[in-house]
Amino acid sequence: MAEVRVERLVKSYGAARALDEVTLDFPDGGFFGLLGPSGSGKTTLLRAIAGFVAPDAGHVFIAGRPVEDVPVEAREIGMVFQSYALFPNMTVAENVGFGLAVRKISGAERARRVAEVLELVQLGPYGARKPQQLSGGQRQRVAMARAIVTRPRVLLLDEPLSALDKALRVDMQIELKRIQREVGITTIFVTHDQEEALSLSDRIGILRDGRLIRTGTPREVYSAPGDAFTARFLGEANILRGSVEPAGLRLADGTLLPGRATACMAVRPEHLRLTAAEPATSHRLRLRLVQRIFGGASGTAVLDWQGQRLKATGPDDTFADLAEGQEVWASWTPDRALPLTD
Amino acid sequence: MAGSLERADRRRAALMLSPAYLWLTAAVFLPLSAMAFFSLLTDVPFGGRDWAFTLQNYRDFFETGTYALLLWKSLKLGLIVTALCVLIGFPFALVLAKAIKGRAREALFLLVILPFWSNSLVRIFSWAIVLRGNGVLDAAVNAILPWEVRVNLMFSQSAIVIGLVHSYLPYVILTAYLALQAIDDSLIEAARSLGAPRRTILLRILLPLSAPGLIAGAVLIFVPVVGSFMEPRLLGGRVGTYYGTAIEDQFVAVFNWPLGAALSFILLAVVLVILALATPALRKAPT
Repeated sequence: MAEVRVERLVKSYGAARALDEVTLDFPDGGFFGLLGPSGSGKTTLLRAIAGFVAPDAGHVFIAGRPVEDVPVEAREIGMVFQSYALFPNMTVAENVGFGLAVRKISGAERARRVAEVLELVQLGPYGARKPQQLSGGQRQRVAMARAIVTRPRVLLLDEPLSALDKALRVDMQIELKRIQREVGITTIFVTHDQEEALSLSDRIGILRDGRLIRTGTPREVYSAPGDAFTARFLGEANILRGSVEPAGLRLADGTLLPGRATACMAVRPEHLRLTAAEPATSHRLRLRLVQRIFGGASGTAVLDWQGQRLKATGPDDTFADLAEGQEVWASWTPDRALPLTD
Repeated sequence: MAGSLERADRRRAALMLSPAYLWLTAAVFLPLSAMAFFSLLTDVPFGGRDWAFTLQNYRDFFETGTYALLLWKSLKLGLIVTALCVLIGFPFALVLAKAIKGRAREALFLLVILPFWSNSLVRIFSWAIVLRGNGVLDAAVNAILPWEVRVNLMFSQSAIVIGLVHSYLPYVILTAYLALQAIDDSLIEAARSLGAPRRTILLRILLPLSAPGLIAGAVLIFVPVVGSFMEPRLLGGRVGTYYGTAIEDQFVAVFNWPLGAALSFILLAVVLVILALATPALRKAPT
């Protein structure tokens, strides 16, 4: 177990900068989510920490030691691949025991540790199976068991759940979190699924075009995204743009939102309240309800404001008294308007 | 599976399979039947000769011992050539599949396939020019070494092996390449992340996973090498008497087709036995 640090990490592929001066600390024992759209450099960063990618400049430290000259084999990492990468010619137990066999841990000790870790991922009776005989979720857990059985200093997960279907993914998130807590290994995982990042990580980092643009706890980043990209990427956001006046923010339709203002603000869909009657606040917009979408536990209202699509969400019966096509008011409490840099 | 097909589907399938079956009947079954028939005769049944049914041709194989000895010699040749092809071809395919990317791979691939596009006779005679005394190899070696060496590999078993390896190497490289290419790179990365050195990755992952392809390639070339006659004849000269050349002699020189046919069938039987022994290994392909 160890803390990981990358310092001014740079990696270019031709003219494209996959990593652009990324400096980031991954605390010891933490669960860190790297989040970004495809091509943002998150996988390159993970592979640079693993040692599969040699950075053009900058450093990777594991437990305080620079590891640029340490090959993958000697970095003492555990890695779970998107495709799981289980060895098809070996049984589950042989897969899990592979790293131990490489470390010359023999016979009884190896069997004991394999059994122990299979128990941890709740696959105790499956040791003799071949990976091909397992379901996606089971394979995922074998991959996890194989990666942690060697007690690595860092656990790297490359989109570990993206190959699973939605219901299973939620179960596996809980499972993954439980396993990580039990073993306490510093874990870094890459995902493009914001929900996954929010629910799994202690801390997240958001990457865009090779740059690290925001880090923090999921709650911090969600409630204070700081810029328009992060606000839209992590959760959904209604972005309002206007010009800053001494009295507040003047929007394109002439509405003045009083108070401290930046040229760009965001309101989360769950913080928009829709009413037919004009609300008693100046933090409101007049707009048209385009569509109501039933989503089971929650409902979504699609709104049109000055040609811009906005969204409001709430418990499903929230919008029941409003009709599609109707002009409505959307309002929010002032502290729910998040100031953004563009 | 065929049982689950609907009647119309079955008819359509039969229709689509018929050209292949017609071809197999005309090109394989009929000639083989004719040969089987010849092998049981005392003499060829044309040119107004007298002929009768006999098992003497098969008896000849077991009674004289010469043919069995030649067959053994050919099988050994097959083993040597196949082993060399695998030893040279597998590392080559490994580098081609896992280490080289892009244009360099295409160029190397072209070089591998190039021998396919040249006439085999031309290829063999080119080797004759290289290998004979005072030939290209001799001249090259003497140009480098300060002292005089006589290099004359022509008309030796080495020449035959060199010629055969050159002819059949591409098959092994291609089959091994396909098998290695099918192995996901992330398996290698996973093994490395678990601390496995290269040797372990090769022995525990790459070799076991590509073994079926490698064995298929080996079987693919072993069979024609055992029956080969052109390379032994042209590059082996006096020492180039093998089972294949013995069969060829029966057909071309001695005009004893029945004996040639019988020898061919014995070879076929031996090869089938070898294939049957190799089948379990071939079936073990991981999915």
